[in-house]
Amino acid sequence: MFKAFLIKYGEIGIKGKNRYLFEDALVNQIRLALDRVKGEYEVSKSQGRIYIECLEEFDIDDVVEELKTVFGIVGICPVVHVEDKGMEQLTKDVIQYIDNVYKDKRKTFKVNARRARKNYPISSMEVNKELGGKLLEAFPDLSVDVHNPDIFLTIEIREKIYIYSKVIPGPGGMPVGTSGKAMLLLSGGIDSPVAGYMIAKRGVAIEGVYFHAPPYTSERAKEKVVELAKIVAKFSGPIRLHIIHFTNIQLSIYEKCPHDELTIIMRRYMMRIGEKIAKERGCLGLITGESIGQVASQTMQSLRATNEVCELPVYRPLIGFDKQEIVEISEKIGTYEVSIQPFEDCCTIFVAKHPVTKPNVNRIRHSEGKIREEMEELVEIALHTKEVLEIS
Amino acid sequence: MEVYLDNSSTTRCYPEVKEIVIKTMTEDYGNPSSMHKKGMDGEKYVKRSKEILASLLKVKEKEIIFTSGGTESNNLAVIGGAEARKRAGNHIITTKIEHPAVREPVNYLEARGLFVTYLSVDKRGRISLKELEEAVREDTILVSIIHVNNEIGSLQPIEEAASIIKEKNKNSLFHVDAIQSFGKYPIYPKKIGIDLLSISGHKFHGPKGIGALYVHEKVNLSPLIFGGGQQQGIRSGTENVPGAAGLGEAAKIIYENLEEKREHLYSLKKKLIRGLEEIQGIVINGFMAPITNTAPHIVSVSVEGVKSEVLLHALEEKGIYVSAGSACSSNKKRTSETLKAIGLSQKLLDATIRFSFSEENTLEEVGYAVKCMKEVIPVLRKYVGR
Repeated sequence: MFKAFLIKYGEIGIKGKNRYLFEDALVNQIRLALDRVKGEYEVSKSQGRIYIECLEEFDIDDVVEELKTVFGIVGICPVVHVEDKGMEQLTKDVIQYIDNVYKDKRKTFKVNARRARKNYPISSMEVNKELGGKLLEAFPDLSVDVHNPDIFLTIEIREKIYIYSKVIPGPGGMPVGTSGKAMLLLSGGIDSPVAGYMIAKRGVAIEGVYFHAPPYTSERAKEKVVELAKIVAKFSGPIRLHIIHFTNIQLSIYEKCPHDELTIIMRRYMMRIGEKIAKERGCLGLITGESIGQVASQTMQSLRATNEVCELPVYRPLIGFDKQEIVEISEKIGTYEVSIQPFEDCCTIFVAKHPVTKPNVNRIRHSEGKIREEMEELVEIALHTKEVLEIS
Repeated sequence: MEVYLDNSSTTRCYPEVKEIVIKTMTEDYGNPSSMHKKGMDGEKYVKRSKEILASLLKVKEKEIIFTSGGTESNNLAVIGGAEARKRAGNHIITTKIEHPAVREPVNYLEARGLFVTYLSVDKRGRISLKELEEAVREDTILVSIIHVNNEIGSLQPIEEAASIIKEKNKNSLFHVDAIQSFGKYPIYPKKIGIDLLSISGHKFHGPKGIGALYVHEKVNLSPLIFGGGQQQGIRSGTENVPGAAGLGEAAKIIYENLEEKREHLYSLKKKLIRGLEEIQGIVINGFMAPITNTAPHIVSVSVEGVKSEVLLHALEEKGIYVSAGSACSSNKKRTSETLKAIGLSQKLLDATIRFSFSEENTLEEVGYAVKCMKEVIPVLRKYVGR
């Protein structure tokens, strides 16, 4: 019955002269999403709207699922279109539409006619009145509410006539590719994939870096990160994942630095390496999944200590979130089930029993000073031996 | 060099097994229940495999039931057995070192009101026959004992156990989980008084997804899976013809020159243990002299100060594959019941790996494994968490 979709978008409508750039990006992302479902589709924009025409048989649920991954979409309206064969036929079509879409007729409604084709002989107001009256006759259970109707029935008069009333919420945000690129520090945990998702939602393209420490972390832990990147990539578009072999760096820190500072110093090196790759790849910032106070390395003092090694801005979209709020998003986007698989790390030896929660930056700098030269070399080696995967 | 020493997790299929599986998938693919010739072609393979197993175990063909694997065989034996005997009593006996495929169904029955006695084991992983004798009561309906423990390779005296059980209560069923021992020893369940015996195809170079259960002809096992009434109604569902064919073929091959193969496995085990004993701070679990008192193919090692997962991955980097604790439970972070039962200290529970051999392994491979252990352990110990 549905043969088209009307796509509603929000914020990009207010971007002034750059608006077309955002609209074009959105159309582009919609096309990419539709490439992943069976059938042929035509995506077009006209008068501040984006339409998807379905040219072949298609599965509405599959299409909607894919469209829900396209940032920038606020609402997805499945549309029925009918030929313009005069008012009498239109009345029949509209009655049939309501009959099919709403099994339970005990609802309030409002008809909202719009004439894109201004030479249509009847005015919008008259169409509203006429159809409203006929619907009340056909379905005695219906009643009119012009302020807050259950069914907001739009009749759009174009070459054909478009009928729609349902709005399926989209993910919101801005189309990916309209805001530059950032480097996500991706671990196998719950937080970092969510952080990547949140930043991608603002139109940012993503690359990722993962720190692999065999034999202390397993091959399966790496596979898990790849799988997480795949899920994020459904929303963000392809992700280039840089895998850094981190074992020797960790062991050096472990051998030569105070153990209660291990995690902080390790994080500082992760940030340094992340930033190096980010700059090389033209990224404008780093993304982490940190949230204040969640663990010892995420206290305000620790964040200050890890933050200072980077010149690029570090985006922390989860900074004010509670764990439960993060878990809810991860469940929604589908990363949760993967994140909780247990082969996260066997590198607990790198976690001190009592890590500092309020690191003193001067002391950390002093500890690092002792290993600076050898670390520079190890970091260089790590950068040269990194593995790169294209994930989509 | 790639050295696969995780054969208690699974084994590589024999080439002959591969061939017969392909044949039943592409040529003789009929459904044994079909009345036409194609169906009979498929049925032939199932029948042949039952013949092979029946002759190896010295039982009747109709006493062999194919299942989806060792786990289903154990579940069917425990739950189906208890259900069948529920009028005779409500007491079950098992050990503290069962595989989860027995332990969990027993726990399930316990939660539904049956009484369970869990036999303890000594530090070498052996039950006490005296304790067993005292445990068997008038209302005991099922005893389930693992023949060779999958984690430490301890071997239970099932023959003596069978006579004790039958003497004290001839109505009690006796189930033996022989998943690790089938293909290592000749086992004649009917002769020694075992009523139910579980085996699993992929533990002896057969395919995964196929197992078998020997069910004594006088036992009316209650089914767990209902349907078209195949396999005398005990296990409905179209027979897994490729699996059954492969299992039968593998069973036939592994029992050829069995003595010789077992000697070979013992020589591997001896060499590994001797080599490892040169390393400081190492414990071989479940070992007792003479070596033939333990299974020929399993060596469990605890390494002080090294986490088992880390050691596993460090060996993996050298091309050596072993498992941490028991592979079936290694995806879950839980401590091994077996290792706890033999009284392993807390700090070693997390530091235990298992080597397990097949006939395909060589002395050279074991030598390489010992050499790698000697290299890797001191390095890993340097970074022990504080």
